[in-house]
Amino acid sequence: MPAFLRNEKVRGILYQIITIVLFVAFLFYIAQNTSHNIEQRGIKTGFAFLHATAGFDITEAPIPFSPMDTHLKVFEVGLLNTLIVSFWGIVLSSLLGLLIGVWRLSPNWLINRIAAAYIETFRNIPVLLQILFWYNVVLATLPAARHSLSFFDTIFINNRGFFMPEFVFGPGSWMIGAALFLAVVAIYFTNRWAKKRQEETGEQFPVFLTAIILLIGLPLLAYLIAGRPVTAVLPALHGFNFRGGKTFTPEFLALLFALSIYTATFIAEAIRSGIEAVPKGQKEAATSLGLSPMQQLRLVILPQAVRIAIPSIINQYLNLIKNSSLAAAIGYPELVTIFAGTSLNQTGQALEILLITMLTYLLISLIVSLILNWFNTKMKIKER
Amino acid sequence: MAVYPPQPAKEPPLTARGPIAWIRHNLLSSPYNIAFTILGLAILYWTVPPFIKWAIIDAHFAGDSKSACTGGGACWVFIKEKLDMFLFGFYPHDQLWRPKSVFAAVLALGAFAKFVPGLHRLKLTLIVLFPVFAYLMLHGGHFGLPLVETSKWGGLLLTLVIASVGIVLSFPIGILLALGRQSKLPIIKSLSVFYIEFVRGVPLITVLFMASVVLPLFFPEGVNFDKLARALIGITFFEAAYVAENIRSGFQAIPKGQYEAADALGLGYWQKMALVILPQAIKVTIPNLVGTFISLFKDTSLVMIIGLFDLLAMVNVTANDRDWLGMDTEGYVFVAFIFWIFTFSMSMYSKRLEKRLDTNNK
Repeated sequence: MPAFLRNEKVRGILYQIITIVLFVAFLFYIAQNTSHNIEQRGIKTGFAFLHATAGFDITEAPIPFSPMDTHLKVFEVGLLNTLIVSFWGIVLSSLLGLLIGVWRLSPNWLINRIAAAYIETFRNIPVLLQILFWYNVVLATLPAARHSLSFFDTIFINNRGFFMPEFVFGPGSWMIGAALFLAVVAIYFTNRWAKKRQEETGEQFPVFLTAIILLIGLPLLAYLIAGRPVTAVLPALHGFNFRGGKTFTPEFLALLFALSIYTATFIAEAIRSGIEAVPKGQKEAATSLGLSPMQQLRLVILPQAVRIAIPSIINQYLNLIKNSSLAAAIGYPELVTIFAGTSLNQTGQALEILLITMLTYLLISLIVSLILNWFNTKMKIKER
Repeated sequence: MAVYPPQPAKEPPLTARGPIAWIRHNLLSSPYNIAFTILGLAILYWTVPPFIKWAIIDAHFAGDSKSACTGGGACWVFIKEKLDMFLFGFYPHDQLWRPKSVFAAVLALGAFAKFVPGLHRLKLTLIVLFPVFAYLMLHGGHFGLPLVETSKWGGLLLTLVIASVGIVLSFPIGILLALGRQSKLPIIKSLSVFYIEFVRGVPLITVLFMASVVLPLFFPEGVNFDKLARALIGITFFEAAYVAENIRSGFQAIPKGQYEAADALGLGYWQKMALVILPQAIKVTIPNLVGTFISLFKDTSLVMIIGLFDLLAMVNVTANDRDWLGMDTEGYVFVAFIFWIFTFSMSMYSKRLEKRLDTNNK
């Protein structure tokens, strides 16, 4: 070995040069083949297709969409649907995960075991299988529209989906919103005042109760003062299907239920490991300070458990968003189904479309990890 | 003088020992607890008896056609009749002995490696040679075995092929990526970081689409990957990023002194990594690795979206048979059960391994 190669720095630079050369050569090779192949097969290139007419309809579009709209609009509709199903999935899986996580820690043996069985069952079955099961088995075997399951004649469930009343906000509804905002502001200041008073005098104030009364009472008052501006439109049977009200399609529901039930198992486990990671001494110390079990949980255990649990819960939210792409298997029109599916088939421009799709998910991931980093710095133990 | 022999201590009262005490303590200790117990019993009552009634009591096991299944219970006749499809897909019927003997060889090899002590060199050789054997057996085209195209492979066979090839190949790539990310060389480091973060930020399905639609464009005409190979490439490179992150978390648990000690012994970079750092890092991170492999196993089901007939896809195939319409419930339950057995035993294995490897010399 020549002497200069024994120098670690020289070797480092040499390795990197080799890597760069190989990498660039590889990229060049791929680029050349790709351009050759694309030319051979007569595939168009570039992003002009985004402004071409899509020519197909979308069954479930949150914004008005017609076949005359462009592929760019298809992308927007897909992204919106991804975000909608992810949002509700995150809400539902958090509630379910919290419930199961708390049950998993319950001193009651039976409830504890039921939670464990739930976790071990649904965590170990592929989520795609669960989506297909909800779609092809559970929702498909619901009765037809004529024989819908009905709850108080306001909510109807049949094999075309769930039909719920939709609320229409008439004039004067802004007062309710304003009242809600006022309630939040009032709660914030009550909380500050109560904390200050407790620090000075030691007297406590029932903040939680006040908050609930304010949150429900003020909007209710506004609703009555404004002359009941909110009305509900009930779904009603017309011919073979329901009209009016809010409709949730089987595709949406299958995806939502399967993703929530699957992700909830991971959230429950995160909550459990977060609470179990708090050293036993903390609870004992809190007991010896004379805190009640509820106070122990609220003031000592949870603030420490949250620091451990939240990062992995946020990661699970990200997984849920990524898993929503499995809608491609049942045809819920989200990003992958309509943009990386139908649009791709129509235009044949796989490379561009897949790149856009991937970059979109990457952007979502990036935003989520920024939130995560922000949370981690905020929650860092502040040592003196 | 009176003698007072010591009496044996009285047993605690019946309510403070044995099953009664256990029930009182664990199920009925407070009003809350009693309410929870009632809730739990209600949940069990609503879920378990109906399922058992459907799956066992009312179920049909005998017969060979749909007409054997009357009434509401599960029709396991369907699974029985379609078992070969679920296990092997469209593999030619007269050649089924080949995948079966590969399965048998896996079991034999596992038993040999576990129960016969010593002979490490022989075991290693057999394990290394096994994939070659499995490929020759399954694919054929040599030694008088008729060729069976990979498009005919399916069912559990395909799921296991994808999962095992994915696990075996993503591991070394993952190690290289993790080493790259740890590297002091800025270019290698940034390339690795970029790759890992990119892949972890996108859903697997987009990577599979990329592999199945765009990958063929990357290579000159004449270079043809079949569908299975493309899916394998996609899954392997996808999971490698996750493996890399697991191994990186293992690196972070290694004390700096280990690096310094290896340096002091005069080991070069590769020797230091292969002999000192990696064995410890991998050991620390085994639970995470098994977690990644479990999700890889579950993720193999996604290949059905790009048109391969894995275990999950066989449900649609078999339940669309004209003679067996409407059997998808049984199909899904059966397939879920198979997936569950594999993933659950993998997680149990990981727990056991964690205990065994815990040498507690931190």
